[in-house]
Amino acid sequence: MGNPNKAKAESGFMRWIDDRFPATQMVQEHLTQYYAPKNFNFFYIFGVLAMVVLVNQILTGVWLTMSYNPSAEGAFASVEYIMRDVEFGWLIRYMHSTGATAFFAVIYLHMFRALMYGSYKAPRELIWIFGMAIYLALMAEAFMGYLLPWGQMSYWGAQVIISLFSAIPVIGGDLTQWIRGDFLISGITLNRFFALHVVALPIVILALVVLHIIALHEVGSNNPDGVNIKAKKDETGKPLDGIPFHPYYTVKDLVGIAIFLFVFAVVIFYFPEGGGYFLEKPNFEPANPLVTPDHIAPVWYFTPFYAILRAITFSLFGLDAKFLGVLFMGGAIAVLFVLPWLDRSPVLSIRYKGWMSKVALAVFAISFIILGILGALPTTAARTVVAQICTALYFAFFLLMPIYTKLEKTKPVPERVTG
Amino acid sequence: MKKQLFVLLFALMPFMAWGAGGEDVPHSMTPDLQDQDSLQRGMKLYVNYCMGCHSLEHQRFARAAEDLGMPQDLVEDNLIFSSSLAFNDQMHNAMKNEDGENWFGAPPPDLTLRSRVRGTDWIYSYLLSFYKDPSRPFGVNNSVFELVAMPNVLEPLQGVQEKVCAAVDRPVEGAELDPLTGKYQACGVLQVTQPGSMEPAEFEEVAYDLTNFLAYVGEPSKLQAQALAPKVLIFIFIFGVIAYLLKREYWRDVH
Amino acid sequence: MADNGVNKGRRRFLVGATTVVGAVGAVGVAVPFVASWQPSARARAAGAPVRADISKLEAGQRMTVEWRGRPIWVINRTPEMLERTLGIESERLADPDSSVPQQPAYASSELRSIRPEIGVLIGICTHLGCSPLYRPEPEAAVTDNWPGGFFCPCHGSYFDLAGRVFVNVPAPTNLEVPPYRFEGDDIIVGEDEEAA
Repeated sequence: MGNPNKAKAESGFMRWIDDRFPATQMVQEHLTQYYAPKNFNFFYIFGVLAMVVLVNQILTGVWLTMSYNPSAEGAFASVEYIMRDVEFGWLIRYMHSTGATAFFAVIYLHMFRALMYGSYKAPRELIWIFGMAIYLALMAEAFMGYLLPWGQMSYWGAQVIISLFSAIPVIGGDLTQWIRGDFLISGITLNRFFALHVVALPIVILALVVLHIIALHEVGSNNPDGVNIKAKKDETGKPLDGIPFHPYYTVKDLVGIAIFLFVFAVVIFYFPEGGGYFLEKPNFEPANPLVTPDHIAPVWYFTPFYAILRAITFSLFGLDAKFLGVLFMGGAIAVLFVLPWLDRSPVLSIRYKGWMSKVALAVFAISFIILGILGALPTTAARTVVAQICTALYFAFFLLMPIYTKLEKTKPVPERVTG
Repeated sequence: MKKQLFVLLFALMPFMAWGAGGEDVPHSMTPDLQDQDSLQRGMKLYVNYCMGCHSLEHQRFARAAEDLGMPQDLVEDNLIFSSSLAFNDQMHNAMKNEDGENWFGAPPPDLTLRSRVRGTDWIYSYLLSFYKDPSRPFGVNNSVFELVAMPNVLEPLQGVQEKVCAAVDRPVEGAELDPLTGKYQACGVLQVTQPGSMEPAEFEEVAYDLTNFLAYVGEPSKLQAQALAPKVLIFIFIFGVIAYLLKREYWRDVH
Repeated sequence: MADNGVNKGRRRFLVGATTVVGAVGAVGVAVPFVASWQPSARARAAGAPVRADISKLEAGQRMTVEWRGRPIWVINRTPEMLERTLGIESERLADPDSSVPQQPAYASSELRSIRPEIGVLIGICTHLGCSPLYRPEPEAAVTDNWPGGFFCPCHGSYFDLAGRVFVNVPAPTNLEVPPYRFEGDDIIVGEDEEAA
């Protein structure tokens, strides 16, 4: 019965299943006979952690919808109802709000890992592109989720971001109105954001995660040396530098998960507001369309792009500063999609790239962090200049990459993984 | 790997150091949710002096009674004045919004989440910073909240404060050090000129208790979080240790 | 990756320990999710005991108060009504002695009440949840020799004035008696007598 080429259990219940569903085959393909390089380091935990956080978000999110009221009149009060009247509602809500922060922290480190070790390069371009799509969907998910508590920051943050679309020439004004479904952000906007946040985007994200992992398991994991472990195999066809994902990486990841959960729990129990950066203070006041808070800053994970937006204070090529700012902000994310084709280096890992790549990556990372800090602060003339410099450096990293990766002298890559 | 960790930590330092600096206010206080006496006094002060105008729309009497260790009949007899409110109800006020708008220019805000919006230092400072200002409709102003639209309802306790020129211990803006006394001569200092029923130190305790109570009301779940946290963290730690031993055992195979 | 030198016992022990602790953790995580389905403070506030003044309830009359979304009947039974109710032959009733716990212990007398004259019942038929009609007079003749009681129009169950179900009707048990107590002229439904 079934496909004779698939791995099957010898007999018994599992055999019955395997004749109808490739259970054993899947376990082998993705776990017990998925060979991962044995030299994964600290940075290789974040993919698994992103999965843990995703599960956390879905589970707590489903539970929050049970008590949340998506209406302009009831949203704010229903969040307080969850925080006070629903048993353990506070814990579930903080798990969700802290989970959003954790998700981005983990994803940024995951992406930084890819930048360091060239995990976006051939043959892993599609893994990178699926990953970028997840990141983009996640930003939309987080943005729409932040409107739901219907506090002052929810309201005015959404106001600012939706207004970005008004910068688009000709159609901008109509487009913003179409997104809001009203002449201002109202319960109508809240309802559609709720639908997208709890139904549409989670489905998209889950589908993309599946694609991301299928693509990864097709070509195999990269490693800190950027060495292709499939090039050297033993007589049975197993990569010499590979170890089965299960049990070796499952048990190793458990340790990483435990450490992550410890930090996660500390934040949930002791610092759920994250000093005003995870849950912003003005968001404890209900949305008021007539009064803007003194200082509007996005949540920390959006601040680098927000700083780029604000850094563009000049017109160029006949485009006004407002539209140009939006273009730069969009470009900052869009340029990441073409990264696999910007890197012309013959090697993958930063370990064997030349000094120019190392300096470029360091400067890029520092610029990104500085932009992140600036995006959370009110603007001053000096800060705008710093933001402009960092924006230039941010783009230089990508746009000059074809040149410096081609120019620099790389070190020889070992045949086998090190350490 | 260790090096990378350090780099990461170093890169994140600006984030950590930068913290969230609140507004610049003259006084500071540290809430103590374990101090039930203070919280009970704070609640009593709140229902007597504040709740006429400021509701606590999300805070139930019953929850406060449970968290602050007060029996139901005590709360019903001493803290619930309105016959339309029951023990399980939220702490609504009797005033209509329109009345508030007529009397004060704006309806008095609900204070349930005020401690989370403004911070406890701000509330504490605000309560201590009313001063006499005949140009204002209620004859008082507030140095933390200029042009405040609210009378100083605690004046019978505190007395009348005025902005005066006086010698103070702490350096303030524009103050000059007097080398003889070691104090600073400054103007715009708040001082009680007509005593109320309390000494200034006693009144500071009143402000503390009220602020402490509002800190509790802002996030009652903090009590549960504080109780649950150690258990969860210890459990995760134990799990981590066992997982580490398991990992080390399996990784003996890998050379 | 050689198998030699592997301490199988230690490995098995650690796998077991991780599994057990992990399972305990999973149960622990489930606790808040399960607990959050309990009635919330709002639901409990809405389901709090209700108070009603019964001093104006005339003999033979019934009043209805709402408690937890259900009709609670308070009947002031006349001596004649009590006499008729106590005179019912026990073989006509399915559970004449109220042995099924459909009432608090303090209301398990034959008349299923604290005070003989004041009957308190949840007005929901124990068959499929309709609310029976009040038929206190023998003239209503719900059945032969009708002593007065309640008749459910949905599926024809009937009960006496103490809420006891008759035999040969679809309802399986007597009408439920809610926890209640008296305080002056008031009755408080939803609070037990001893929990004053």
